[in-house]
Amino acid sequence: MIKLIQTYSPMILGALGNTVLLCLLSLCIAMVIGLLVALLNVSRNRVCNFFGTVYVDAIRGVPLIVLAYFIYFGLPAGVKSIGQGILNSGLSGVMGGFGTSCVNFRLSAIQAGTAALSMNCGAYMAEIIRAGIESVDRGQMEASRALGLNYSQSMRLVILPQAIKTMIPSIINQFIITLKDTSILSVIGFAELTNVGKTIAGNTFKSLEAWTIIGIVYMIVIITLSKVAKRIERRLKND
Amino acid sequence: MTSDKVMVHVDHLKKNFGALEVLKDISVDIHEGEVVVLLGPSGSGKSTLLRCINQLEEATAGTIVVDGIEITDKHTDINKARENIGMVFQHFNLFNNKNVLENITLAPTTLKKCTVEEAKTRAKKLLDRVGLADKSEAYPSQLSGGQKQRVAIARSLAMEPDVMLFDEPTSALDPEMVGEVLDVMKELAKGGMTMIVVTHEIGFAREVADRIIFMDGGYIVEQGTPDEVINNPKEKRTIDFLNKVL
Repeated sequence: MIKLIQTYSPMILGALGNTVLLCLLSLCIAMVIGLLVALLNVSRNRVCNFFGTVYVDAIRGVPLIVLAYFIYFGLPAGVKSIGQGILNSGLSGVMGGFGTSCVNFRLSAIQAGTAALSMNCGAYMAEIIRAGIESVDRGQMEASRALGLNYSQSMRLVILPQAIKTMIPSIINQFIITLKDTSILSVIGFAELTNVGKTIAGNTFKSLEAWTIIGIVYMIVIITLSKVAKRIERRLKND
Repeated sequence: MTSDKVMVHVDHLKKNFGALEVLKDISVDIHEGEVVVLLGPSGSGKSTLLRCINQLEEATAGTIVVDGIEITDKHTDINKARENIGMVFQHFNLFNNKNVLENITLAPTTLKKCTVEEAKTRAKKLLDRVGLADKSEAYPSQLSGGQKQRVAIARSLAMEPDVMLFDEPTSALDPEMVGEVLDVMKELAKGGMTMIVVTHEIGFAREVADRIIFMDGGYIVEQGTPDEVINNPKEKRTIDFLNKVL
């Protein structure tokens, strides 16, 4: 086991780096998606509500692994056939360049992985942010509007700063879930922890040791995160 | 104090919540400097009328003109119009994430009514006026109900409105704190502010109001001076109501 760690530690550390990178990148994008979708969902405009709800329902209705396959394999295949369609049609003269780049369209594992994880996490984040906004007393918005502030000023200066406080524990929880969900992206060949675990187990035939090590690495990262989360939560409560 | 200028003009106002008709046909003129108290049983539409005047509730039909601006017109910049209409709420609604000074300066500075420094100076003067000069750094959670409501009044005044709406400003207060809020409102009335007040404080109405409007079932049932409405009510519904609350 020691020997295995010695041999593979650079690979494991690299994979850990990839995992954390993918997770952080996806979370940042997911925060933006989540905020936008949450704003659609709390808006009084029915059309906005519709698109927000469709996004959340669609993404939550599809397992992450299917979404990852769809983006990694399905999307390029779709774009490719559109490109071929353009090249084979009379449009190739005007849009030939575009057609060719469609045919050559490919997504790297990290691009597809980030997209899938961001979209997935974004839907859950949207629900967390929506609940946070709705937890703020309605009177806060009314008081702000009555003073003459418009909707977005009220949201930005009064509602969101208060909503964030209630959201933080759930956001940290989502952070941990997303970190674990990165393992699902091993299926599209992204060299994150689980994927590297497979490689090590395959190369050495030492499944027990390999998966024990990978499990422990996940555990260390996640337990550390949880502890940090607890501390932040406690500090917020004392405020 | 009352001038001839009509500050708030309400014409055949109707307001429905779904199938429920809350305001059926309200027409009333309120003059500059006038203090009007709206009385009536709960569900009579007093608060809804008040909330229609700054369009926190959108009118179903009818027109409302405040200080020459038709606020029921879809083309009116409602945010701009609201700057001129102060509102004080039953539950204070101070911004919990901001301290007292920030609560008061938020709107004037965000809406570029004045510089940050001017806003702070003005906020301190207002706090002095409501007797809370020493609380400018406090957060709403550290204040008593009466103090919160006085800050809320100062916050509204910071926008220098021409009309103030009070929606049951003392109903959520402990009895011993009602007086301090009413005192601030009395001062405001003496200073010539146009005020529309929904309240159950008959004593306040009797002492301060220029006119009392009694509402029931979405209509104005009776209106007149406090002496006319409270001491010599003509309508049966007014008499019944006063018998219960006095």
